[in-house]
Amino acid sequence: MSILLDSTTRVIVQGITGKMARFHTRDMLDYGTNVVGGVVPGKGGETVEGLPVFDTVEEAVRATGAEASLVFVPPPFAADSIMEAADAGISYCVCITDGIPAQDMIRVKRYMWRYPKDRRMVLTGPNCAGTISPGKALLGIMPGHIYLKGHVGIVGRSGTLGYEAASQLKERGIGVSTSVGIGGDPINGSSFRDILERFENDPETHVIALIGEIGGPQEAEAAEYIRDYVTKPVVAYVAGLTAPKGRTMGHAGAIISAFGESASEKVEILSAAGVTVAENPAVIGATIATVMEAA
Amino acid sequence: MDIHEYQAKEVLASFGVTVPEGALAYSPEQAAYRARELGGERWVVKAQVHAGGRGKAGGVHVCNSDVEIHERCETMFGMKLVTHQTGPEGLGVYRVYVEAAVPIAREIYIGFVLDRTSQRVMIVASSEGGMEIEDISAQKPDSIVRATVEPAVGLREFQCRQIAFKLGVEAGQVQQMVRTLQGCYRAFTELDATMVEINPLVITEDARVIALDAKMTFDDNALFRHPQISELRDKSQEDPRESRAADRGLNYVGLDGNIGCIVNGAGLAMATMDTIKLAGGEPANFLDIGGGATPERVAKAFRLVLSDKKVQAVLVNIFAGINRCDWVAEGVVQVLRDNPVDVPVIVRLAGTNVEAGQKILAASGLPIIRASTLNQAAERAVQAWQNDRAQGVKMRAAS
Repeated sequence: MSILLDSTTRVIVQGITGKMARFHTRDMLDYGTNVVGGVVPGKGGETVEGLPVFDTVEEAVRATGAEASLVFVPPPFAADSIMEAADAGISYCVCITDGIPAQDMIRVKRYMWRYPKDRRMVLTGPNCAGTISPGKALLGIMPGHIYLKGHVGIVGRSGTLGYEAASQLKERGIGVSTSVGIGGDPINGSSFRDILERFENDPETHVIALIGEIGGPQEAEAAEYIRDYVTKPVVAYVAGLTAPKGRTMGHAGAIISAFGESASEKVEILSAAGVTVAENPAVIGATIATVMEAA
Repeated sequence: MDIHEYQAKEVLASFGVTVPEGALAYSPEQAAYRARELGGERWVVKAQVHAGGRGKAGGVHVCNSDVEIHERCETMFGMKLVTHQTGPEGLGVYRVYVEAAVPIAREIYIGFVLDRTSQRVMIVASSEGGMEIEDISAQKPDSIVRATVEPAVGLREFQCRQIAFKLGVEAGQVQQMVRTLQGCYRAFTELDATMVEINPLVITEDARVIALDAKMTFDDNALFRHPQISELRDKSQEDPRESRAADRGLNYVGLDGNIGCIVNGAGLAMATMDTIKLAGGEPANFLDIGGGATPERVAKAFRLVLSDKKVQAVLVNIFAGINRCDWVAEGVVQVLRDNPVDVPVIVRLAGTNVEAGQKILAASGLPIIRASTLNQAAERAVQAWQNDRAQGVKMRAAS
């Protein structure tokens, strides 16, 4: 199976009765995702797109055998919903919500650690577009039609920049094994390193594309991991060459506040680790194509 | 969101941190009066701006009389204070804070930050207070003490004692250090700060531990639950373009170039700016209009970008995932019909319903320059800006 999810993965949507959540639930069903229900406290018993709604994640898991969850809950309540999913035994959670207070995320991370590793939920996001394994399942808000099925694993912070990369690949007839959004927040569920490890161990992934941006230590951590453990070719692009220091560029985490957090420094660190860096966002697809031919 | 020093001191004092006696003034007369009210013989007068490095820039003065305070304030009020953190435009001084001077025995640095590696709150402290933390880490890295806080139990007393002893604080003042550090941590977590910095934290000649300066930054995403903090926002310290954007729910950062950008998604917005630069242009701004790029948001974005008079071309780059290209195209057409603009507009659409979007743009009859790839969009924007500028020069020469 592909990393994180498959066509059989049973999915619930937390906050399913909201307008955006309904829209994307329909979209995921049309794509072929095995969505089995939703959770909204106080709306148990209702249905959305023909799917049962439950009051708690615990009930939803018991009734449907759900393994994965998509969190569409507004920022003030999202951290609580992620913890509820972790407690109910969900094994993979994607949180789309943008605007969760950073300290709520610190608590979420701490809470997830209370479970032993074999029962610990994997979280990607928040503030991400989700995860897609083309031709199998889509757990998020990305437009499924821009992805071809194939062997490039994509991991990135930004939603639309990830779409840009996928559509450049599609133009060249190159497909994607799985694309994972880790989100633009400073405190996130999974790091680049976490996802790289999965791609390295995934037989369906032959080449890895890492799409980073300014701010934070995760690209540098990824570089170190790639240098020491990754055998597959890695292509990277880092956004924010023109971003001034000390300013938040949209994503809460996209701010250069320490040494090594600018785009040019990250490019240097990644190059030194053997990563092929695309100099410009318009050539991400072409760079991957070149690396694939050489591999 | 940043707040002023005097506000940060008020906040920290309510969490048990000791601060000097002080008072706020909005005029030189008021400053002199406040000093007389505070009493004593020496005062420190500090310009209240949202930036560090005020001392070197002439924003902090030690004064020995109310007459001297009045004189100093005459020059400070209304000036643009330029520090290494403000940029060349500087920040306006509209408030000063007057404090009774404190006899200093030694200066310490303490800072609380969100550490992204450990994903916890981290305390950074140094025995070399009074210097900027960047300079301390460059020049005296061995003086720095760090500790991370386990979120489930909070900052423990033993950790505070450890920090105090490592900084060489005398046993008699360790308990005051514990109270100060725990007060800062509680303020940090209870009010959703992203940064608390006391530089310097001083030990006075009479063995008191006092926060001589204070800086706090708050998590914008958590302001909804701290209305009393939101009220401390001071728009005079913000770029007016960015205040307008924030009031309209748009994510905007003003830059110095000529090509305005309207993009959905922060990563794509940064990538678009980078592509403009690589094509030989300079971006005028960062602007992320968010996923739901409705016609109203596109209209707001155009008004905002064009309110910057440096803008000589506008590049719209939308990759439709949540939204749809035809909606975006309708928005663009509607905006340009309602408010014809006198700069070239370049539009690049991709993603959901892209053909329908292109058709709407083409059928509008408006002089929109269309592009299908990111590179093409940037190149055409730079070209259009250069042509427009050349034409402008010709027209001016002819008239």
